[in-house]
Amino acid sequence: MLSPFLLRLAILILFWAYLGQCWNILSGYAGQFSFGHAAYFGLGAYTSTLLLVNHGLTPWVGMLAGGLVAMSGGLFIGFLCFRYKVRGVYFALATLAFAEILRLIAINAAFVRKSMGIQIPLRGGNSWLRFQFETTNIPYYYIILAMVIGSIIVVHVIQRDKLGYYFKAIHQNEEAAAALGVNLLRYKMVAMAISCFMTGIGGTFYAQYFFFIDPDLVFGPEVSIEMLLRPILGGVGVVWGPLVGALVLTPLSEVTRGLIRNPPAFLPFLFPLKGRSGVDIMLYGIIVIIVIIFMQHGLVGMIMAKRRKWARERHGME
Amino acid sequence: MVSLEVKNITKSFGGLQALNGVDMDLKKGEILALIGPNGAGKTTLFNVITGSFPPTHGQIVFKGDNITGLQPHEICIRGIGRTFQLVKPFEEMNVLDNVMIGSFNRTRNRTQAEQQAGEILEFAGLAGRRTKLANELTIADRKRLELARALATQPEILMLDEVMTGLTPAESDVAQELVRKIRDHGITVLLIEHVMRAVMRLSDRIVVLHYGKVIAEGTPKDISQNERVIEAYLGRQSFASHK
Repeated sequence: MLSPFLLRLAILILFWAYLGQCWNILSGYAGQFSFGHAAYFGLGAYTSTLLLVNHGLTPWVGMLAGGLVAMSGGLFIGFLCFRYKVRGVYFALATLAFAEILRLIAINAAFVRKSMGIQIPLRGGNSWLRFQFETTNIPYYYIILAMVIGSIIVVHVIQRDKLGYYFKAIHQNEEAAAALGVNLLRYKMVAMAISCFMTGIGGTFYAQYFFFIDPDLVFGPEVSIEMLLRPILGGVGVVWGPLVGALVLTPLSEVTRGLIRNPPAFLPFLFPLKGRSGVDIMLYGIIVIIVIIFMQHGLVGMIMAKRRKWARERHGME
Repeated sequence: MVSLEVKNITKSFGGLQALNGVDMDLKKGEILALIGPNGAGKTTLFNVITGSFPPTHGQIVFKGDNITGLQPHEICIRGIGRTFQLVKPFEEMNVLDNVMIGSFNRTRNRTQAEQQAGEILEFAGLAGRRTKLANELTIADRKRLELARALATQPEILMLDEVMTGLTPAESDVAQELVRKIRDHGITVLLIEHVMRAVMRLSDRIVVLHYGKVIAEGTPKDISQNERVIEAYLGRQSFASHK
């Protein structure tokens, strides 16, 4: 069996791969770059948690409700942006603003206990029905694994469907797509709905796994950024991009954090940095920037380009 | 039978009047060329017809329905396809996928779309390039792809914005042949073109725009002898060479 550390790492990898895939549908495939996916993540987390705390509703149902609330939030902001042709950087800013507004509301609203956050009531023991496991993390691993597999299947199906073709067309040239009969507003809204619904479900998983949510944790810009880093590293608009990105980036962030916060004896030059919070994040950021500069289509994109090149060379020799 | 009516279309951008009371009919099954000097308003008229922006005044009527002010995708779904003067391929998709986006206009089914797109590539002479990325194509092939994609939406009217401009004479001949074949399939063609050789050989009728107004309309022969057109656009030299 995996050690607790590795199990936790595996869960985090899958968790971020899942969220990356949610973001990928809207931003990677349909090309609407969201910089505020924390909004839908937080809506999902708060919805299921409030339903659990206030009404004792099982998080499995809360998860669906959270997905629907997140989807409604997404469709609301999506309609405003897409109807009035807010594109590119401006769309990214609008989504960021929406997430920040929700964060500020949550900080000040009593019914979500303001900035104190909400603790998931621990009943003890392991229960699938209650989506709560006290002594083992293995069920969480299987749940998030199933979610990742589900998300990959969803994207795979979209990709082979008219929907996926239209998403890519919108991404690459909106004017040309419209001239070929693509209803821009409708298909952007569909991408938004799918992406936000799935992101909301991810929010519930987070709440149930960490047993605690507060406005900064679930609505904060860090969540939005972490969510888009993995697909960008792995490959935007590529089905395996988020998973590959998460496999690389999540251990990297864990390792840089470990190295700086607790430098091992054989790396004495790191000692002066010990305990200085933020340095690990800077190091992590630098690595990410370097990767993005040198691999614009991500890891998967780079591998696919290489394969194309080899195939052509072989073709050329025949 | 009249397929498309342009009725008294005016389009102003601020103080600039790009189109000024343009009237024009497109008859079913004909090839109509729209010519005129740069800035005459040809592409503006295309954009008004296809819904890129609404006219300031006037109406566009297609098969008896007023389609003025509809969105571009609605115009396409109703059966008017177009190409762009500056071609707009989906750069990072291959040729087949580019055309499939057009095919999906009439079907949901991927297999059907793929099959239809394959036939159109065959028809347009691009079958050998189907797996190439659009950004790897030559200019002539990009123009052909633009045309194939619009054709895949199965339009009743196909509007071609300078598909022959920038081609070599040999490539232009191939393109003309293609346009003629398209018309023979029952599709009405409206084209903007600067290549006079192609216009004169290809079109059934010509409409001449100048400063946003129609200054002449008629058969290629009439137009090549029209004094106002020669003055405004063709020039004495060109007139002589067409005689």
